[in-house]
Amino acid sequence: MNITGAALIMRLLERQGIGVIAGIPGGANLPLYDALRGSGIRHVLARHEQGAGFIAHGIARVTGRPAVCFGTSGPGATNLLTAIADAKLDSIPLIAVTGQVPRAMIGTDAFQEIDTYGLTIPITKHNYLVRSAAELLEVIPDAFRVAMSGRPGPVVIDVPKDVQSQTVDVDALPAPGVADSRPPLDASDVTRAAALLNGAQRPLLLVGSGIIAAAASGVMRRLAETASVPVAATLLGLGAMPAAHPLFLGMVGMHAARYTNLLLDECDLLVALGVRFDDRAVGKAAAFCPRAKILHVDIDASELGKIKQPFLGIEADVGEWLRAMLPQVAPRRRRAWNTRVRQQRAAYPLAMPGADDPRQPYGIIRHLAAIAGDDVVIASDVGQHQMWVAQAFPFSRPRQWLTSGGLGTMGFGLPAAIGAALAEPARRVVCVTGDGSLLMNLQELATAAEEGVNVTLVVLNNGTLGLVRQQQQLFYGARYHASHFHAAPDFAAIARGFGVAAYDLNETDDPMTALTESLRRPGPCLINVPIAAEANVYPMVPPGAANRDMIDDTNANGGMHADLSA
Amino acid sequence: MQTFPHETDTTATTGSRSGAVLRLLVRNHPGVMSHVCGLFARRAFNVDAILCLPIGDATCSVVLLMVDENERVEQLLRQLRKLEDVIEAEQAPAARRAFAAVAEWMR
Repeated sequence: MNITGAALIMRLLERQGIGVIAGIPGGANLPLYDALRGSGIRHVLARHEQGAGFIAHGIARVTGRPAVCFGTSGPGATNLLTAIADAKLDSIPLIAVTGQVPRAMIGTDAFQEIDTYGLTIPITKHNYLVRSAAELLEVIPDAFRVAMSGRPGPVVIDVPKDVQSQTVDVDALPAPGVADSRPPLDASDVTRAAALLNGAQRPLLLVGSGIIAAAASGVMRRLAETASVPVAATLLGLGAMPAAHPLFLGMVGMHAARYTNLLLDECDLLVALGVRFDDRAVGKAAAFCPRAKILHVDIDASELGKIKQPFLGIEADVGEWLRAMLPQVAPRRRRAWNTRVRQQRAAYPLAMPGADDPRQPYGIIRHLAAIAGDDVVIASDVGQHQMWVAQAFPFSRPRQWLTSGGLGTMGFGLPAAIGAALAEPARRVVCVTGDGSLLMNLQELATAAEEGVNVTLVVLNNGTLGLVRQQQQLFYGARYHASHFHAAPDFAAIARGFGVAAYDLNETDDPMTALTESLRRPGPCLINVPIAAEANVYPMVPPGAANRDMIDDTNANGGMHADLSA
Repeated sequence: MQTFPHETDTTATTGSRSGAVLRLLVRNHPGVMSHVCGLFARRAFNVDAILCLPIGDATCSVVLLMVDENERVEQLLRQLRKLEDVIEAEQAPAARRAFAAVAEWMR
């Protein structure tokens, strides 16, 4: 058959199972949009390419499958960069297809020409500049293979406009790209690991997003239950173990409950599964788990020994490894260790002041959880509200929690929630956000209204860049600068202006009814929740400090804890 | 990346003996050197010298890297192996002589 490059891309994307593409058309990807019009793929018109990128994030994060976004050349591509970089740090299979100026104009500083290939080298797993329509037959399936194989990640396919328009004679379409086979499991590694775990007195599991990417939550939980091993999670590992599980210790790191970090100090074996020892999780790396041997399992060999030298480092699919381990793990009660866990949990719990009051941060999150139930998907932006949700929301299943962990991108939440709602239309998606973060991709309210997605935005509105304000208070002698917003946008009015329903807790005596309605009415909705600017996230490990050196509102006196080396 | 030194004595022109020489087999296409060099810049690895030649029918190239790294060589190799265009990455101490051989063209 004779087919254009653009139509070929659409056929190959359809064959990869892509049902929705978020993007924005422009001069250099018009042939692609012409072909999209005649395809079976639904297009979602974002209002900024970064929004398109994060809509694709939402789809990929909630389904675990690759998702696609489109942007044109030049500013279309540069606007996608933040979403691509975010996918790299959080290991999300994102595929960005960008338009490029025609081949003959590459290198001439043509209108909207930018070196997309060069710009995306450090923020992708791999990238392609397609030089002929025929190359697409290899490039598109290969891009999906790369995005899905091993540790997932983003791929960029840059397609010059004339390659999109070029016709090519195709005999047969290639098979869709699939993930490479996993590295072979070394049986002796499993035996050694099982011996380590069986011999440990105070073992502890630390699970990260690798557990969720490997769909290994169930087998991880069985192993923990069999050997009575408590489980802590990184920010992106939340949901791998139900929050209510008696063995679950919550999140580790900078804003963990104090007991969680203290127990990590006591453990004699840390079984680290699908984690990368990020500084926000481990604090000062040299002081992390000082009494423990580390058993580190990751699909990415370069993570073994990158930050912490493991006693035993194993390159493996963590699910396959856990399934091999399970029969070799001795059933144990570990009474002494679990008694110690209970004592520490009781002595140093997470304090949640205001948990009963829906006008306070912990209160709105706890009430939201009670009303929305386990089916809800929670997205967040980045800042204090993100940490409050991570601490207080009872996540019960993998892929329930969508947040920008590694890159920490403010503006992630709204478009990611839209993507999640598009992928899972039967669920309510709640984006807990802040007034600072929401303004960074506010324009996607138009996309939400247009698509009628079941997204509720809960805006914790403190009129500040809260986490910045908090750090200025604690570590810069309360010298506040550029962290307070003097203009106070009326978010409910703004939402209504976009055609999105809105509630404002400033304007009601009955916050519970407003919250309940905002979570139950079909279509997009915003609820403005004014909170005190002075509310801080506690406890907190000062940047660069050891995790045991947490501060809270009883010992946080500005400047005393400043260690600004990190 | 450092420029190649002008001194003519062997130790200076072949770099520090304490570093490592790596041999990469890469797919030969535009952009592969950007990927390799970009990795070094991004991960703050120190490269003293690079040699690159196409081999066979030129679908592949061999890249020799003289790096000023000791403890991090294994981490460096693991990062290099993650690049899609890098087919093989290994230490090749014997290839240090290649840098001495080209030194006279660098004066």
